[in-house]
Amino acid sequence: MKTDKGGEARRFGLAVLMHLLLVAAWHFFVVLGEVPSFVMPTPVDTVKALFAGDYRWGENLLTTAGEIFGGYALAVVIGIGSALIFSWSRLTEEVVMPLLVSLNMIPKVALGPLIIVWFSYGFLPNTVIAFSIAYFPIVLTTARGLREVEPELIDLVRSIRGSRWQIFTKIQFPGALPYIFSGMKVAAVLAVAGAIVGEFLGSERGLGYLMLQVQVTLDTAAMFMAVILITMIGVVLYGLVLALERAMVVRDARVS
Amino acid sequence: MLVSPDAPAPFIRLQGVSKVYRGRGQDFLAVSDATFDVAPGSLVSLVGPSGCGKSTLLKILAGLHGHDDGQVTIGSPQHPFDPGRDVGMVFQAPLLLKWRRILENVLLPAEILGLPMAAARERARALLAMVGLAGFEDKYPYELSGGMQQRASIARALVHDPKLLLMDEPFGALDALTRDRMNIELLRIWQESGKTIIFVTHGVQEAVLLGTQVVVLTAGPARMADHFNVDLPHPRRLALRNDPKFGEYTQRIYHLLGLD
Ligand SMILES: Nc1ncnc2c1ncn2[C@@H]1O[C@H](COP(=O)(O)OP(=O)(O)O)[C@@H](O)[C@H]1O
Ligand SMILES: [Mg+2]
Repeated sequence: MKTDKGGEARRFGLAVLMHLLLVAAWHFFVVLGEVPSFVMPTPVDTVKALFAGDYRWGENLLTTAGEIFGGYALAVVIGIGSALIFSWSRLTEEVVMPLLVSLNMIPKVALGPLIIVWFSYGFLPNTVIAFSIAYFPIVLTTARGLREVEPELIDLVRSIRGSRWQIFTKIQFPGALPYIFSGMKVAAVLAVAGAIVGEFLGSERGLGYLMLQVQVTLDTAAMFMAVILITMIGVVLYGLVLALERAMVVRDARVS
Repeated sequence: MLVSPDAPAPFIRLQGVSKVYRGRGQDFLAVSDATFDVAPGSLVSLVGPSGCGKSTLLKILAGLHGHDDGQVTIGSPQHPFDPGRDVGMVFQAPLLLKWRRILENVLLPAEILGLPMAAARERARALLAMVGLAGFEDKYPYELSGGMQQRASIARALVHDPKLLLMDEPFGALDALTRDRMNIELLRIWQESGKTIIFVTHGVQEAVLLGTQVVVLTAGPARMADHFNVDLPHPRRLALRNDPKFGEYTQRIYHLLGLD
């Protein structure tokens, strides 16, 4: 266990170092290569973009984060909820699952223009796009996890007249948690992409919208800053999911 | 089996029990005419090739599914049996819950039955000590070897103090040496706990080494081929396998299975 901790600290240190090296490489590439700033700004110029112009970073950041977290939270709740219904009602699963598998094949970003037609444009449709793209991995992995119960374990519980509810709470659901989290991790990355695509397609706020605005004025530094902020929203979301997984799932049971 | 007036009432009595699995158009006879008595506190080996209906018979005894013909009686006035809580089960795989520590795994049946947890916890600790896992209460299953996990699953099967322990090829997945050790351990656990045990195996030697009686099942068609007492002294050791009498019993089974 002790060596494990040491290894973790080492890996973390290495990760930080590599990120710093990347920023340094970026800086020297621009400076030594004499790259024009409208093609690629230096890291320092990128940070300066935060204070230049009237880009309302805070408001745009909050909008995008709201769409991502909102769509993602919806996907988690409705995704896990529908998988639970499938596991309780065999008929529902048999009827609905083939549809879900097909719907999953639709590239959700292609639905963007349609969703905007249905929900107008702005916060709501972007949240819906993030939801629609994050929903599928969660429902599919959760349904799979709920199906993976050892039949003999059920025999064991039933031999002492355990109830279906006990089987669910003590065996089935905790056993499905690693699957649920693996779906949630995939979904976290997708939700970010979904919200940004929505903003590209039509909106008047958000970091994606801002990128389209500054593209016109060739403020590449602001575009870089927007991408970094979008990435950071994704990192925070992913980190929260990881932390929750660490708290709820025993290490050996995790699905990587 | 001879029935004498002063013989103790059997704990389990099977009379002409059969079981048919009904499939699409095709019915499959998995157990037929199983007839034998089990005295309280005995260790019965159910031996036979794969597919001869051993697991099916065990499930009938566990009350997990019904049977088609015959009668199954478990319990007697001296040894009452509550089908809702007097069964403990052990399978070939330990089937421990990965997210629970060993002690919590052992406590699962107590939780399901709603037993007082403080007493159950004490009992679980004592059982873990009995199966040789003192000090492992707070480990997770992945930190234990296969043999240790199987010991934990035996403790789990005993935590609610069932009268009947049903074991379905519990050592079938272990390496030969671990299996030998577990055989001796099981004999000790059986003697310490006084449980009635039905022990399913396809190991002929294991069946004779452990059993006070042996039931031989054969497949195609499913049939109970033999039922006899094993008159070998306790406590038994592995060296018993070199005893000529031991050889006679195994030979009898090999003969029934067409392997001589
Ligand atoms: N649920 C079931 N439905 C149909 N056939 C079954 C079922 N369970 C077992 N069988 C069949 O019944 C026979 C006996 O099975 P089983 O009791 O598991 O044998 P054993 O444990 O001795 O290997 C096998 O041929 C098996 O294929
Ligand atoms: Mg079997």
